[in-house]
Amino acid sequence: MDLDSLYQEIILDHYKNPHGKGLREPYEAEVHHVNPTCGDEVTLRVHLTEGVVEDISYDAVGCSISQASTSVLIDLLVGKRLEDALAVHESFLALMQGRGTVQPDEDVLEDGIAFAGVAKFPARVKCALLSWMAWKDATAQALEGEKA
Amino acid sequence: MDGLLPELEVVRKDFPILTRTLAGGHPLVYLDSANTSQKPQVVVDTMVDHLERHNANIARAMHQLGAEATEAFEGARDEVASFIGAPSRDEVIFTRNASEALNLVANTLAWARGPLEIGEGDEVLITEMEHHSNIVPWQLLSERTGATLRWFGLTDDGHLDLSAVDDLVTERTKVVSFTWVSNMLGTINPVAELTRRAHEVGALVVVDASQAAPQLPIDLAAMPEEERPDFLAFTGHKAVGPTGIGVLWGRRAALEALPPFLGGGEMIETVRMERSTYAGIPHKFEAGTPPIVEAVGLGAALEYLGHLGMENVHRHERAITGYALEGLATVPGLRVLGPLDPAQRGGAIAFEIDGVHPHDVAQVLDSRGIAVRAGHHCAKPAHARYGVQSTTRASSYLYTTPAEIDALVDGLEYTRSYFGLKGS
Repeated sequence: MDLDSLYQEIILDHYKNPHGKGLREPYEAEVHHVNPTCGDEVTLRVHLTEGVVEDISYDAVGCSISQASTSVLIDLLVGKRLEDALAVHESFLALMQGRGTVQPDEDVLEDGIAFAGVAKFPARVKCALLSWMAWKDATAQALEGEKA
Repeated sequence: MDGLLPELEVVRKDFPILTRTLAGGHPLVYLDSANTSQKPQVVVDTMVDHLERHNANIARAMHQLGAEATEAFEGARDEVASFIGAPSRDEVIFTRNASEALNLVANTLAWARGPLEIGEGDEVLITEMEHHSNIVPWQLLSERTGATLRWFGLTDDGHLDLSAVDDLVTERTKVVSFTWVSNMLGTINPVAELTRRAHEVGALVVVDASQAAPQLPIDLAAMPEEERPDFLAFTGHKAVGPTGIGVLWGRRAALEALPPFLGGGEMIETVRMERSTYAGIPHKFEAGTPPIVEAVGLGAALEYLGHLGMENVHRHERAITGYALEGLATVPGLRVLGPLDPAQRGGAIAFEIDGVHPHDVAQVLDSRGIAVRAGHHCAKPAHARYGVQSTTRASSYLYTTPAEIDALVDGLEYTRSYFGLKGS
């Protein structure tokens, strides 16, 4: 088993120096997601203005993979128009659920391509997706709130 | 090293899986036995033989195979009874696992009317070191009956905090349920003392022996009655048996006083459309076709442990655990949760390493063929008590060698260097 294909240098860098950590105001929705098998947790807030992902802030405990993927999520999604952010989300999801067969697009996923190796470790896919699922959920709740 | 099983290398040959190599040509170092144990050849062979030669439904088939299958199944019950020193074989009930055994007691107690009835003002007492399967059923019971759930807290060194015993065990206490050996902290709890206290106030005592039964000699009949629990639950697969089979032992009078658990075939005496009457124990609690070959496999497993001698297994476990605790103490930044004296604990050792998350520890160890568990080990409240989110857990068993512990310690050193942590 090739450890280095899992623990890419980029992943370890994000783990040691996570981007955008901390819970911030303002926000329209906050969610708390847990990985029940291992107990990793994330509390995540989204702030949307006029169709733009203005901020994503979070507090999380978990392994290197889950922490690094949250940091990459911030890099990739904050500042994007919502529909573009959702497209990136879909692309990351496809990569992670592809069992190592999906060729990642570096133009879309940037540092996120480092997670291609994680897809070959089924037990760790949930770690990488924890905050991405939380973001999707929080965004849906924020949009729900707008309509209400 | 003193205390190891005699002829350990011969014993290891009984477990075919221990000769496996994993990715990268690494030999398997299996340190996840508190999760599930490996199976000796005799268990595998007994189950195959049963399926190949004796398979039939039990207690209902009027043919020769039916008689053989019934004999094998009931023979397994005898084996369980002798393994735990049950005062009577009829007090041994087969379940799917320990969780089902605990849920059986908690559910039927919630349904009980008369002397065992639980309601508002009554209290159910558990501990903060329980596995989720000995917490959630009692939460459900409390919600359903209006009883109050209370629990023993833990001391900093991983023991039950018994200083509150007078406040916690009172005439309001109806049930006290606790683990014999913690699956996370390893702590061995004072079963006799707690049971005596609970019985003084008339409470029923339920003991989760999932980690104890594989490691400690148990002789219920030899316990003075006031110190003998009323119920004892364990699972087969942690005691070199197959999955899908567990055991609930219960004191006859207590089992007879409880209402049935599941309704169905085999648990009845007679059925009319209006109502039914029920079979005596143990069948009253064994509705439907049970896991027959699994029970037969468990019988073979417990017979195997009996041949090794549970005193010897316990001594081995203690020697290996002591050696592991010494080895782990040499790893910089490593902190063991739970008692540090091998005489006070079982073989599951949960620990943290500064700067490396447990999943990452387990992943790096796995790349070297070393199987451990990472996470909360179904004991989230105990983790929360010590302010940790998750731990790595190495758990040995009767087949574990000192060389495997050395491999673990080396693997942990390597893990630290992999994540760029310098020596002490």
